[in-house]
Amino acid sequence: MMVETHRACLECDMLHEITEMHSGEAGYCQRCGAVLFRSQKNSLDGALAFALTGLIFFFLANLFPLLEFEMQGNIQTNRLIDGSIEFFSAGYGLLGLVVLLSSVVAPMLILLFLVSILLPLKFHKKPFFPEAQIRLLVHLRPWAMAEIFVLGIIVAYVKLGDFADVSLGVSLFSFVFMVLATLLAYVTLDMKDLWYRLGELQKK
Amino acid sequence: MTQERQPQRQTARQIGAVSCHACHFLVMPDDPVVDHKYCPRCNSGIFSRKKNSINRTWALLVAAMILYIPANIFPIMTVVSFGKKTEDTIISGVLHLAGSGQWVIALVVFVASILVPIIKIISLTFLNASVQIKFRWRPKERAYLYRIIETIGRWSMVDIFMISILIGLVKLQAIATVEVGPGALAFAAVVILTMFAAMAFEPRLIWDQAEDSVHGRG
Ligand SMILES: [Zn+2]
Ligand SMILES: [Zn+2]
Repeated sequence: MMVETHRACLECDMLHEITEMHSGEAGYCQRCGAVLFRSQKNSLDGALAFALTGLIFFFLANLFPLLEFEMQGNIQTNRLIDGSIEFFSAGYGLLGLVVLLSSVVAPMLILLFLVSILLPLKFHKKPFFPEAQIRLLVHLRPWAMAEIFVLGIIVAYVKLGDFADVSLGVSLFSFVFMVLATLLAYVTLDMKDLWYRLGELQKK
Repeated sequence: MTQERQPQRQTARQIGAVSCHACHFLVMPDDPVVDHKYCPRCNSGIFSRKKNSINRTWALLVAAMILYIPANIFPIMTVVSFGKKTEDTIISGVLHLAGSGQWVIALVVFVASILVPIIKIISLTFLNASVQIKFRWRPKERAYLYRIIETIGRWSMVDIFMISILIGLVKLQAIATVEVGPGALAFAAVVILTMFAAMAFEPRLIWDQAEDSVHGRG
């Protein structure tokens, strides 16, 4: 049961047969050109390693300042969550919530879900509600904007550079490494492989 | 991909199958689980086409268009330095960056904050109108346009994140502070509404109409 032989393009609905491919290759829709699937060797182990690395960097990113700002002998720093807190105290709670979700909560949940799905699989155990976790992973993805947050930091840095001394904090580098690790985890993860492994466990 | 085994290229809809939007699983018409309306593999609700997508996309787009005006009129932030207030709108923020010689960053912010939202609103309006009037012109190019819009839309959030960094960092009472302006709230709403509009849009409708015309239906 549940062996995938065909797949319909998510963007135009055209049916395609799933074919064996080399690692790193992707199958594209013949009609509209959308990506149908990607193949990766050892995808689950690789994705788990990247997700764990990302999680470590995420915690480091929360511990130290992102930027350090000096003006007239006064030094100030900000942490990852300070922006959200300031939005709340300025009466813009909605903005605070959006920033908190997109730059902290969603990127963290994505890494947590990846680890909590892939780590048990590594030890041949069934993850806790894998279907629900994978669904959340899919739906959270567009709202995780850590990479855009990095660009926001760069713009803020350039803007401030005009009238004050700004230096980069430890958390900034940790955050950038978290973004890279998450990206690599996604690139490495082959969802076909994941569903296949989950199906194997179900059979036992 | 082997063409021989599929002499006639068909869509899932044409054979009565439904593709799960979350996990991509293809639920066949003779599958006993179809009645349950949930994907047998990941439990997501399954549907052949997004329900009411044209109207939902219009509603979200119109809301985004309306909020686009306050987003650009009101200041997104105010920098108070030595008692001197400088208000920045989306556009003046880009101009200030360019004025201080930061051309690369000015260009990046111009693309993300000004160009992308406009392109996104215009393109989605065109795409949604095109499927509503059952336009059959260049489906492949329209599909491509949709894919680009879906990918680039999120990057407009960069200004909101920039403000969140500045207000968290610059808090030196008498010397310098940064305050949020109402434009930021409207702008974030525009970005989020257009993201929802792009998600509500059903790209498969572009192709359904091309098929229907070939088969003399619709
Ligand atoms: Zn396609
Ligand atoms: Zn599914």
